[in-house]
Amino acid sequence: MARYAAQRLLLMIGILLGVLTITFILSRVLPGSPVELMLGHRPTPELIEATKKELGLDQPLIIQYFTYIGEVVQGEFGKSLRTGRPVLEEVGKRIGATLELTTLAIFFVVLIGVPLGVISAVRQNSILDNGLRATTIAGMAFPAFMLAMMLQMLFYGELGWLPLQGRLDSEVLLDSTFPRHTGFFLLDTLMTGDWRAFGSAAQHIVLPALTLVIITLATVTRITRNMMVEVLSEEFIRTASAYGLPSRRIHYGYALKATLIPLLTVVGLTYGYLLGGAVVVEFVFDWPGLGGFMVFSISQNDFPAVMGTTLFLATAYLMINLVVDLLYFVVDPRLRAQ
Amino acid sequence: MSILETSDEVPTLAWRVKAKAFAANNKLFVVGATGFLFILLCAIFAPLIAPYAPDKIDFSARLQGPSWAHWMGTEKFGRDILSRVIYGAQTSLIIGTAVTFIAILIGAPIGIIAGYFGGRLDTLLMRVSDVFLAFPPLLLPIAITAALGSGLGNAMFAIAVSWFPWYARITRAAVLRIRTEPYINAARAMGVSHTRIMWRHVLPNSLTPIIVQGSMDFGFTILAAASLSFIGLGATPPMIEWGLMAATSRSMFLDAWWTVLFPGMAIFFTVLCVNLVGDGVRDVLDPKHGIKE
Repeated sequence: MARYAAQRLLLMIGILLGVLTITFILSRVLPGSPVELMLGHRPTPELIEATKKELGLDQPLIIQYFTYIGEVVQGEFGKSLRTGRPVLEEVGKRIGATLELTTLAIFFVVLIGVPLGVISAVRQNSILDNGLRATTIAGMAFPAFMLAMMLQMLFYGELGWLPLQGRLDSEVLLDSTFPRHTGFFLLDTLMTGDWRAFGSAAQHIVLPALTLVIITLATVTRITRNMMVEVLSEEFIRTASAYGLPSRRIHYGYALKATLIPLLTVVGLTYGYLLGGAVVVEFVFDWPGLGGFMVFSISQNDFPAVMGTTLFLATAYLMINLVVDLLYFVVDPRLRAQ
Repeated sequence: MSILETSDEVPTLAWRVKAKAFAANNKLFVVGATGFLFILLCAIFAPLIAPYAPDKIDFSARLQGPSWAHWMGTEKFGRDILSRVIYGAQTSLIIGTAVTFIAILIGAPIGIIAGYFGGRLDTLLMRVSDVFLAFPPLLLPIAITAALGSGLGNAMFAIAVSWFPWYARITRAAVLRIRTEPYINAARAMGVSHTRIMWRHVLPNSLTPIIVQGSMDFGFTILAAASLSFIGLGATPPMIEWGLMAATSRSMFLDAWWTVLFPGMAIFFTVLCVNLVGDGVRDVLDPKHGIKE
């Protein structure tokens, strides 16, 4: 296990170095100089020079590169131009909101998508199966921002059941003093028994989470279905049927288990997709997470904040992939035997 | 009828029979292709079809709901949404074509070189490509556009740069299959240069998976560009782009749903048709996939 984990970790460090190189190129090398973006319209050449010197951008590129890597390794992702605080501190304040939203979404995607995929595979070419195919194709063509706004229109504008945006009602936000241990408001409010805040947090998270679930559900269901179809034609499934085992046990006990590895990959990739896709959804719902922060920072020309958040999200994506790789080891006895 | 005439007829008939059989087996492709053709015609003949000039401001008609005069209503400056949706098709089709083309232009040569030469160069090129895939989708285009400055051209370039590794990968896989074929070895033995072999022999024989992937990605690129425009990184006014149309009407969509719904539905309809066509192209050019499905 240790050797396998070490191999994966090394691979991840290599890719992380590549990611750092890309963010470095974006920050320092491209012609659309971040300094000019930072200084706004028509800065004087003297001001550009002074700012470059202040940020160390007058050094040779190779020195800038190694300084940049050194800083990131020490946890310095730059400083937000708008607030003057370290980007990592800004990220820390918002990561809970993004993780709460994406984790809740992935939980429901797996909870609904996997069984639907299994049923669809077992009943191939049924109404459900064909309906699912149509939904998948349609689902992939739907712009996330439009779905989000349509849900707002229906559940807030027409029915008035759910709030339009934000993470908590403003009164609740002012009154409640529940400690932010996990950054997940649903958990934090639950742990302290602040039911009013819990209700408000639950109401607010429904629409953004539902949007993320809808845009990813069809893909996960479809992939589960395709993998199950392949596994169901394997001989060990035929043998299990010949032994007269109950079909539920065959489908969920044996067949689904055999699809766990590719399924884990899909869930990992979907989680990563949600981290990226959440940018637009957070923007529409004014969700105070990393995506919303990123879009706001772009509008304010806060370039270090944009790059710092990008780097953080890419690292998080790589970590998710690493965890998925390590989970392979847990679910696949063949890997353990090696 | 002479024998010569008959021999001319046979291939035509065979082609027709094949096309009919294909259409019967691929109804969704036919639906998608018809829809796509409709959008293409709208884009080409926009000045003839659009009932109003797309940028004609009419404050007396601002934020009107759908009516006989304005089938899709009007937006905050009184501009006719139907006309803008029709003109927006031009932008979206250009985006889809250009981005897919640039991504192929970057990715395919990398894939060909990696697959053809193999060894360390292959490892290096593929690891570099992998790094681009280490970002959550949409995040890298956002970061690149933020670095280059907002604007549709930059957004398109950013999406293409983020997407090229997929073309590098599939082209490399195709090249690996054919690089030891007798005709490649024969060309090498005759002393044909590597560049010429790659250009004249390897590329034409690796085109199928590139076309399949391209047709599948066309819709994605339109969707990604619309999303970038929506968050303020892509198209800028006075350009007519569906994502931008939805973004500029965002603050008033609860009272004027048509300002967002119709541009959004245009994106949905276009991407849907393109994806259906892509599915059909894949089934024809990559029969293995069809069997697997």
